[in-house]
Amino acid sequence: MTSAKRRLPGLERQHRSLQKCGDASVTSVKQRFSIFSLLRNALGYRAGWQRMWRSPEPKRRYDVVIIGGGGHGLGAGYYLARDHGIRNVAVIEKGWLGGGNTARNTMTIRSNYVRPPSVPFHEGSMALYRELSRELGYNLMVSRRGMISFLQSSQAARTAARMANTMHVYGAKYEFIGVEEIKRRLPIFRPPPRPRLELLDGVYQPEAMMARHDAVAWGFARMADAHGVDVIQNCEVIGIRRDGGRVTGVETTRGVIEAEKVGMAVAGHGSVVAAMAGLRLPIEVQPLQAWVSEPVKPVFDEILVFSGYGCYMMQSDKGELVIGGPTDPYPSYAQRGSFRTIEQVTAAVLEMFPIFSRMKLLRHWAGMLDIVYDGSPIISKTPLRGFYVDVAGAGGFKTTPMAARMHAWLIAKDEPHELIGDFGLDRFARGRLVPEGGVSFNR
Amino acid sequence: MLVIPCPHCGPRNEDEFVCWSEVVPRPADPAALSDLEWTDYVYNHANPRGWVREQWWHEHGCRRWIIVERNTLTHEVARTEPAPR
Repeated sequence: MTSAKRRLPGLERQHRSLQKCGDASVTSVKQRFSIFSLLRNALGYRAGWQRMWRSPEPKRRYDVVIIGGGGHGLGAGYYLARDHGIRNVAVIEKGWLGGGNTARNTMTIRSNYVRPPSVPFHEGSMALYRELSRELGYNLMVSRRGMISFLQSSQAARTAARMANTMHVYGAKYEFIGVEEIKRRLPIFRPPPRPRLELLDGVYQPEAMMARHDAVAWGFARMADAHGVDVIQNCEVIGIRRDGGRVTGVETTRGVIEAEKVGMAVAGHGSVVAAMAGLRLPIEVQPLQAWVSEPVKPVFDEILVFSGYGCYMMQSDKGELVIGGPTDPYPSYAQRGSFRTIEQVTAAVLEMFPIFSRMKLLRHWAGMLDIVYDGSPIISKTPLRGFYVDVAGAGGFKTTPMAARMHAWLIAKDEPHELIGDFGLDRFARGRLVPEGGVSFNR
Repeated sequence: MLVIPCPHCGPRNEDEFVCWSEVVPRPADPAALSDLEWTDYVYNHANPRGWVREQWWHEHGCRRWIIVERNTLTHEVARTEPAPR
């Protein structure tokens, strides 16, 4: 455990070093949201609300261009301005803000990972999420629900125990609670009399959260804009300009934009954009489906994960049951998946909760995940100088603030922060993979 | 839902198959490659948006390996052929 001991004070230092790096003042926040502004604008027939961000024409040249206007990209723009004082930045998005896979995830924020580099990264992200609404002045509707994983095999229990130990080293709680406690917490749950997989135990992460995913993108966009970052929508990248092994700008549907540095924060199209830069990445794109029932009154609080069936269920703030499972098992850019996943996962959920069998499904969608070979993020320099990538690895919503912050650090300093030292692209050639599983485990 | 015409069994549901990986020819002389070239062969993918040639395994059918030409954007399957031995 020498490495864990070495890392433990490191974590404190890492977080301190992050706090030290500047808090450049906001140039202008057009409007603040509070109960008073709500009242004032209600009295004024809501005519006083302003646009939350400008919609500027792209300039000819920026210090940094971030490709991708989802949570990760907008966050990177915000942290570049706030932490590093780099304000001549454009975040360019081919559609509308947060309209890609930021809009297509299932809102869960958790940190139950098994490898030493993963836990502090995800824990740090959760810590940022807890403060983010206040920091951005924008309600992300972060809701600390807790997460219960149903352990349905001794293998799953062993993995959970290992996770609990790794997480304990970093001060994260992951507790075994037993079947009786699951029943106490979930009055609606009665273990089925003849289950396919017997429920052996439960493990609980009290700090797991849900948040309003769109609001994360919008909150970052608003504050990035307030710091002087240009947020440019309907601007698709069609080429990456290079000169002698160095990036010089991007070609877009709205003309050429020169840039000293370019950061890539696209989900689901990582390989496509990287190919424009002449790079190949160790990723495959896979659809991750989720579907939502009609809304009902609150019946349970926690995020429920059924490890044996590889699926999960939670109840959103609106009262809908949100259900999802593993990724569809082949690469796809189609933003839709196969019916068999829906059928298998729904069957598994109904086996555990037959009471929901009469509920109707309202909506269904598939997000696209850039699945990295080892399931961990890539936040890294690339062989093309000045070109940086932020690839989520499996699901990227939970890591949004930390990944964005680390991406901004990497772009500003051209060196990775030690929190992401193990998430470089070079780990594959060096054989230092960080294999992680999770719900969408596919290897 | 994909219907994959197995060259040995005819059209079958995707449930019966395992998608393995895009077809990448094995280097003739691995020992001659640099670490980076070998890493590229082992880990990196073209991961194209559009047509791709993939290796699939007909696990719950003839249990043979086949090559599938498939479109990752439209989910069309153009053709399949037996995998070379």
